[in-house]
Amino acid sequence: MLKLENISFEVHTEDTHKGILKNINLEIDDGFVAITGPNGGGKSTLAKIIAGIYQPTSGKIYFDGVDITDMSITERANLGISFAFQQPVRFKGLTVKDLITLAAGKKITVSDACVYLSEVGLCARDYIDREVNASLSGGELKRIEIAMINARGTRLSVFDEPEAGIDLWSFNNLIQVFEKMHNKTQGSIIIISHQERILNIADKIVVVANGEIKQYGDKNDILPALLGKTATSCKALMDNA
Amino acid sequence: MDKIQLDLLSKVADLHKTPEGAYNIRANGALGARNTTANVDIVSKTDKDGIDIIIKPNTKNESIHIPVIISKSGLEDLVYNDFYIGEGADVVIVAGCGIHNCGTDKSQHDGIHTFHVGKGAKIKYVERHYGEGDGNGENIMNPTTVIEIAEDGYMEMETTQIKGIDSTNRITNATLAKGAKLVVKEKLMTHGKQYARTDFTVDLNGEGSGANIISRSVAKDDSNQIFKSNINGNNKCSGHTECDAIIMDNAKVVAIPEITANHIDAELIHEAAIGKIAGEQLIKLMTLGLTEKEAEEQIVSGFLK
Repeated sequence: MLKLENISFEVHTEDTHKGILKNINLEIDDGFVAITGPNGGGKSTLAKIIAGIYQPTSGKIYFDGVDITDMSITERANLGISFAFQQPVRFKGLTVKDLITLAAGKKITVSDACVYLSEVGLCARDYIDREVNASLSGGELKRIEIAMINARGTRLSVFDEPEAGIDLWSFNNLIQVFEKMHNKTQGSIIIISHQERILNIADKIVVVANGEIKQYGDKNDILPALLGKTATSCKALMDNA
Repeated sequence: MDKIQLDLLSKVADLHKTPEGAYNIRANGALGARNTTANVDIVSKTDKDGIDIIIKPNTKNESIHIPVIISKSGLEDLVYNDFYIGEGADVVIVAGCGIHNCGTDKSQHDGIHTFHVGKGAKIKYVERHYGEGDGNGENIMNPTTVIEIAEDGYMEMETTQIKGIDSTNRITNATLAKGAKLVVKEKLMTHGKQYARTDFTVDLNGEGSGANIISRSVAKDDSNQIFKSNINGNNKCSGHTECDAIIMDNAKVVAIPEITANHIDAELIHEAAIGKIAGEQLIKLMTLGLTEKEAEEQIVSGFLK
């Protein structure tokens, strides 16, 4: 469904140029894939290249066999790619219902919008007419962001660190949302995450570090090694285990 | 009334037929239609153009419509409207001015509205300004609003100018007595080479009085906007003024919020922000399938909602 072929992404400054992604080759079929790896390794850049927010310096991207490398964000969205931001965007004046309606791409009733909000654990009545502005907390914004992705219902959904910046309580709820999503999903979900509990829901795991794919395979093959590495490198974790 | 006039009426006053309650429709500088009720009297002034709207004390749940429409090119109209809102009344007043100028001459409407809000009275005042036309004639509106709110009175003013006014100078002066409150919500959009100036002066004279002036505006193309507001805290009072503007293309926006405390217990705040539409807002809506232009329209219309 999604194929990245020799994708590179370089950033040029006055006297240097830095390779953020180096010749990435990756093929993702239907299912739930988690991308993990150290900060600054190129994960978010990869997600933005898939959504069309960044253009790769070289390489090709195929979605369901169609070359989408030169397509705009809008064209990719309309083909069936959704992208949930790591830092959800605030809008003065636009309400939760406005955004969910735009995401759904058609007129929806209040009860339709409520279904999407309930799925992410928000009481719809309290939120439907709220402005998506600074009055909403980080956790609330994250869930509204996910509700928008659900309302789109596209073939491919990409989530960039959905757990970033939210409290533990919200995180526990978030996990349930993704577990539910995994059970009923038709299509592909790509989640960038550092969280073991999210990695644990995935069917497959991709490890990206230093702009390269270090590992890609079934969760059961990759996760134990990843966790083992963390544990041996951190004595405190071992002692507490 | 012809089709153009009826259309203007729907744009400025949401009126599709004769309104219920009291109304006064001014068309092309003359009285078009009028209705009074047991509690609301409307009387033409004898010394100058304009009307007195007299609302009896304790009048509740009535609405008063006083739209002005101009469909004749080159008409210059100056009108004085005085509102006397009786003690304890609770009413909605809808004013508005629509100009359809299909000629090449200048059409202008200058309205001077004075509100005498009685003790404990509550009024919501809705004012919409709209212009259209296919000629090159300019549409000009210069509304002046004078507000005097007596003890414990409350006035909410919602003023909107979204389209078609080439030049406007909007002056609002308010004086508040003890416990009186004023809320102003201004929405403004300019495009082309339009010019809009807004100037609020609020005197918080009474103990416990309060004002909240909120302006949201969008300046497109080569248009120019100036926002000025001055709240004077002359007693124990609270005042807040906020100007939030989106700037696009080659437009210019000036925001001059001013607060003056003349009393130790005056609490005054001003906020002003001007900026273009954030790139991430556009990108977010584009990831939902909107084009950049559609995303921009959604952001602007949401902002001015």
